[in-house]
Order: sequence, then structure tokens, then C-alpha cells
Amino acid sequence: MALIDLKNVTKSFGPQHVLRDITLELRRGETLVLIGESGCGKSVTMKLMMDLLSPTSGEVHWDGRPIRLRSEKQIAQERLKFGYLFQQAALFDSLTVFENVAFGLRQNKRLPEKEVRAKVCGCLKDVGLTSDGVAGKKPAELSGGMRKRVGLARALAMSPEIMLYDEPTTGLDPIMSDVINELILRTRDREQMTSVVVTHDMNTVKKVADRIVMLYPVARLRPHEPQIIFEGTAEEAFECDDPRVHQFVRGEAGERLTEMAAA
Amino acid sequence: MSATLPRPNCVHLVGEMVLDGVRLVGDLTLFSINMVRWLNWPRGGVIWPIMYQTGVLSIPVILITGGFIGMVLAVQAYDQFALMNMENQLGAVINVTLVKELGPVLAALMLAGRVGSAMAAELGTMRVTEQIDALTALGANPVRFLVVPRFLACFLLIPLLTLVGDAVGMLSGWIFSTKVLGVHSFYYWQHSIDFITAYDVLSGVVKSVFFGAAIALIACHRGFHSRAGAEGVGRAATESFVYSFVAILLFDFLLGTLFMKLYYVIWPGDVPMV
Repeated sequence: MALIDLKNVTKSFGPQHVLRDITLELRRGETLVLIGESGCGKSVTMKLMMDLLSPTSGEVHWDGRPIRLRSEKQIAQERLKFGYLFQQAALFDSLTVFENVAFGLRQNKRLPEKEVRAKVCGCLKDVGLTSDGVAGKKPAELSGGMRKRVGLARALAMSPEIMLYDEPTTGLDPIMSDVINELILRTRDREQMTSVVVTHDMNTVKKVADRIVMLYPVARLRPHEPQIIFEGTAEEAFECDDPRVHQFVRGEAGERLTEMAAA
Repeated sequence: MSATLPRPNCVHLVGEMVLDGVRLVGDLTLFSINMVRWLNWPRGGVIWPIMYQTGVLSIPVILITGGFIGMVLAVQAYDQFALMNMENQLGAVINVTLVKELGPVLAALMLAGRVGSAMAAELGTMRVTEQIDALTALGANPVRFLVVPRFLACFLLIPLLTLVGDAVGMLSGWIFSTKVLGVHSFYYWQHSIDFITAYDVLSGVVKSVFFGAAIALIACHRGFHSRAGAEGVGRAATESFVYSFVAILLFDFLLGTLFMKLYYVIWPGDVPMV
């Protein structure tokens, strides 16, 4: 049974249609990578998986049961099995690094402060940060890579079953990008974790993906065309005949500049 | 044959404004009901910093506003009263105006400007940087964690700020009237005591509680619905102040009318002014 099922999901924000009739499943233990152009609905898909957004139509299932059949309290409780690394890390500005990582533990688990401290230090160490160096700092004092790693430590502190990574390497230098990729792999291997990664970075795709799903922007699709234009492994994506997939994985502009100018 | 939309005219624009207004009021009502569902006393580490920001840091601006309004009332009313040889009644007018109207309304406007806009901007920034989603992801209900403490701080502290504003306004009005305009201190207070009742003070304080609740709910609602970017957050802060301003005036009129009617229900022997 799939851990998460999206069944014929459509999502619109006012007049703007982002997702159209998406059917997608996340299997236990796999690393699913969502790729596609900016604005094609990758992050929205991931937020729908965690019920941070609700679909306009269609259904999302957790463990084979629709989310809508659960109470608000059950949803909040079950959501804790997810860890989410946000695009800009989304650290709480008013709290220190330590308080950010400890936030979920203090909020949901009645642990003694000593255990909270030990867990936070352990999580910071796992992402390559020393608690002495950064624990007392505010997020504004950190570099982009450090913020991402603190965001990852905060998500891992809750010992999630499923990790969702929203553009984990965007805006980072190549070395820091590879550090984040390594952390994704290490976390997956150590915790036997199921992961979903939204990315544009083909190095990340090659390194971490078990399965790739490529979405295409609704605005550029014909009326009855499916929005998922590719599903398969990284090797299959690079050999795919579909020019849209071919262009994306090789980072070729093709006729896009002309198309954009005409639009 | 392709269907084309008619070019919007002023009727369309009015209709759109009405629909937007209805949608906003409905959405704000649902937001308020949701807040009431999660109402509880927050942890000290959450509520005290917000109370400090809302209450203690608002005192200087309330002192300045109250102080000047007391003196301005004295300046504006003195000439008219002097024409009728009624200067000694000045205290009654200044103090009644302060406790019933200007004290609560100006304290509320200061709170909407200083605290409400800041709340909308802070929550708006949290919305656009996904910090509100992060709260949900970490098992904290954003309404309970962000809205409830802000609501309680405004709701509980605005009556105190109003009373501070009233007191400072009364003091400055008295000092200016007696020391600068030459009104006799005894008559100033004697006429004040004759005209001001505990009911007047209480009605002003009760009004302020409604103002405080409206300011917090509107500010949090606008912050939660902020659009992306610096422009979106700026707009949320502006909307928070403008909508709060309208709500304060609306509540002031409705509650003013209600308290007047109530007065003559409780004390039917008194002759109505209108």
C-alpha cells in the first residue's frame, strides 16, 4: 500500500490553475523526485501531500485512507510523521537556532529539558553544525547553507517517517549543494526514510532519485493532455524522446525564448 | 461564436466592491470563530513578550496623545464658553469628552497604528516566508500560537491604556485650563463631578474592549492573508490600519447609541438629550 496517494487532484488559486487531475503515489522507502519548470506546481504537490494545502477537487490519501475522513486533531497528530525542509528554510526569526530545532519537541513531546538539549545537539551534529557555534545565533546571522542545515535539523528532530525537501539546493554553491545531497542520502540510509524532493538541480536528481516524476505547467498544456509528462528513473529521463523532458534534463532553452516573447 | 465579457463600467465596479466587502466580513467572522475555538491562556514565554510589546511600549504614545488632546480640547472650547461666560464649565466638557469618546477612540487608534500594523506586518512576513506553514508542520496550530496571544494582549490591555489616556488628558486639560486660561480650579472640578458619572467612564472602557478585539482580529487576519513580497506585506499592514480605523468608528457609533439607550432604560427618570 502506498504511503501517500494523490487521486485526480486539481488545485487552483482563484483563476490560476496550478494542478490538473494529478494522480500520484508515494511508496514506502523510495526517494521520489519531482522536477519541472518553475510554477508547474511541484511545491504545491508536496504541500498537498502533507495537507498544508487542500485540493480544489480530488482526494489525498494517507495509508490508503482519505485525509478528509480524519478529524482536525488526527490530521495534526499524523502530520508529525512528516518532516518538511522549506525552500528558504522558514526558520522562526524571533527564536535562536537552538529554540528553532527544539520547537517541535517542546510543542509535542513532554521531554525533560535535558533530553531536549541532547536531542537538539545530536541533530545539529548530524547536519554538520556544532551546537556551541550556532545554537545561540538568530537565523538572520546564518548563511544560506547553514539555514538549510538548521531547517533540516529541525525537521529531523521530530524523527519523521517521511521527509519532504522543497528545493533543498537552490541558491547554494556547488559544494554546499553536494553537502545537502549527501545529507539527504545519509538521512535516507540511516533512518530507512521515505523522501520526496522537489528540485531543478539535475545533480540532485542523479544523486538521490529512485523515481522521477516530471510536471508540466497547466498553462502550456493542451486541454486533454496529462500534466505528468514523465515518470521513471534518472537514466530513463535522460534518454526520454519527449522534447519537453529532453530539454529540461539537459537544461536547453530550445525555442522557449521565442515562445516567451510571442506570449 | 466566442463569448466576450462586457467592458466593466461603474456598476460592475460597485458590485465588485460590495462582493469583496461581503467576502471580507464573512472571512473575518470565520477567522474570529476559529480563534474563539482555540482560545486558551498561552504559555508565559509566548504571552508576556507580546503583552510587553502591546502594553508597556504603547504607554509613551498614549501619554503624548492624551496629554495633547486634553490641552487641545481646552483651547478649542474656551473661546465659545467665554462668550457665554461659562468658562467654569470647561472641566465638564473636557472630561466628559475624554472619558466617553476621545480617550477610548484615540487609545484604539494609537494601538491600531502602533501595534496592529506591526502585527499584520510580522504575521504577513511569516506567511510569505512559510513560517506559518512551518508551525503547522511542527504540530503547532498557527491560530492558537500566533493569534490567541495577540488577541488576549489587545483585549486585556486596551482598557488600561484607555484609562491611562483618560487620566493624562484630564490632567493636562486641567493644568492648561487653570494655569494658562485662568479657569478656577474649584469650579473646574465641581462641574466635572456634576456631569461625569461612573457609567460614562465604564461605557468608555467597555467600548475600548471591543476596539481592542477588533484591532487584534483584523491585524492577524490581514497578516495571515498577506500576499507575497514586500508589497504584499506592506499592503497587509496598511489594510490592517484602515480596516481597524473603520471598525473603531463603526463600533464607536453603535456602542455609543446602545449605551445611551441603555442609560435611559436603567435610569428612566432622566430626560433624554435627543
